[in-house]
Amino acid sequence: MRNFLSETVVNIKPSGIRKFFDIVNEMKDAISLGVGEPDFDTPWHIRDEGIYAFERGKTFYTSNAGLKDLRIEISNYLNRTQGILYNPDNEILVTVGGSEAIDIGLRAVINPGDEVIIPQPSYVSYEPCAVLAGAKPVIINLKAENEFRLTPEELLNAVTDKTKVLILPYPNNPTGAIMEKEDLEKIAKIVIEKDILVMSDEIYAALTYKEKHISIASLEGMKERTILINGFSKAYAMTGWRLGYACAPDWLIKQMTKIHQFAIMCAPTTSQYAAIEALKNGDEDVETMRKSYNQRRRYLMNAFKEMNLECFEPFGAFYVFPCIKEFGMTSEEFATKFLQEEKVALVPGTAFGDCGEGFLRISYAYSLENLKIAMERLKNFIERLRNK
Amino acid sequence: MRDELLSIIEKNSRIDFSELAVLLGVSEEDVLKELESLEKEGVICGYHTLINWEKTSIEKVMALIEVKVTPQRGRGFDNIAERIYNYPEVKAVYLISGGYDLLVILEEKTLKEIAGFVSDKLSTLDSVLSTATHFILKKYKDHGTVLNKESKDEREVITP
Repeated sequence: MRNFLSETVVNIKPSGIRKFFDIVNEMKDAISLGVGEPDFDTPWHIRDEGIYAFERGKTFYTSNAGLKDLRIEISNYLNRTQGILYNPDNEILVTVGGSEAIDIGLRAVINPGDEVIIPQPSYVSYEPCAVLAGAKPVIINLKAENEFRLTPEELLNAVTDKTKVLILPYPNNPTGAIMEKEDLEKIAKIVIEKDILVMSDEIYAALTYKEKHISIASLEGMKERTILINGFSKAYAMTGWRLGYACAPDWLIKQMTKIHQFAIMCAPTTSQYAAIEALKNGDEDVETMRKSYNQRRRYLMNAFKEMNLECFEPFGAFYVFPCIKEFGMTSEEFATKFLQEEKVALVPGTAFGDCGEGFLRISYAYSLENLKIAMERLKNFIERLRNK
Repeated sequence: MRDELLSIIEKNSRIDFSELAVLLGVSEEDVLKELESLEKEGVICGYHTLINWEKTSIEKVMALIEVKVTPQRGRGFDNIAERIYNYPEVKAVYLISGGYDLLVILEEKTLKEIAGFVSDKLSTLDSVLSTATHFILKKYKDHGTVLNKESKDEREVITP
């Protein structure tokens, strides 16, 4: 038999998390701080709306771009939270999670050989999606001393005459880093000058703990060259509903809709009805969850301070990214040993790019009680390492 | 900080000052001061414990009693409400809009005692026109807490 597989696909590395996952799964009573999804249930009024949609027989396809009412609510939401006005008729596409938007957004703009700039550490799917779209990924290794923000110098060093897209993953998974207005303005200036398209993944936009999140698309001259990606998973604790959206200029949404139409047809109908309810009446739920995350974030930062563990203070998403370089182990060694000896699962920073070496991702999408137990164990563990 | 502090201790009044300070991102001293003034202002009226009595050997019967009363000139419902809430077995009294006036929550050891309270003490009050007593059969959720339910993490152990 011939080898039927695509070389491109075979050459893509599987997610680094997978291997680790298998060990954890076989371990009994391990505590996990490894999950990248909210610990809250979807607020009941949103779930109720989903149930209600079933009862009313809303079990058919929707239009390819998504329910008109949902697109209107998305437009209102972005207008009231970010001050950006998107036309619900032709500038918004409802997708199967933010991840689909990343995939089809890249596929709609990449010609073979185009370069996509990806700052890392960041979410695991940008690089493979870029490769699958036929692009050459260009990685920027972000630095802890800049709090993992993207600096103009780093960007300028990565830009070539083949650069087409810059992926801007803030608030960031796994570092928790944010980009504030002055940071974004410097990036926007370069992007406009070099005529680059920005894919801004703002899935954690509702979860910031300093200033309110600002989208690069709200800056002058940027809306026409930005694909804004957001969704319901993180803000409304709706990961399993698989619902996200992309907002972009009409000429781009038109092409993305084509891919979406042929590959997916439309996002899940029930989820779309539930999402309308989320956007209409969910602000308070988001605020309650945000406050809880913020309390846990403060708790962890204080715990690190007490055990003298180096960590910059992150102001977004629900992750902290402490540095473990002092122990002379790789992230994976540290995480594996910690799991075996103390039964707490964390994700090695290297799962999110080579420059995550020396760091760990700790998710605080867990109850304070869980975090307390985990921090107690971490304290014991690093004390043992230091006394060796 | 006040609102956030209240929402934390509403769920957990046993939390210590130092932890509160960390969670709220303020100093311990600030927490102490704020709690003192909240108590002084009567915003915080007590630190109670939510007990699921069904799991103990202690027998308790609870009833909700709808009471229709004649309000008094000048005092409205306050006088009659006070006469009722002074009984220690009365756990709560609310003035209610709609079909009746006062909602009285009563806790006793036996059904008989509840019946006795309603017929001897409550109904005999001058301003009380009528009562309707409802016994509580099972508590599913109390003070925002679901009783008799174990929470389970449905998520996979590790996800990107």
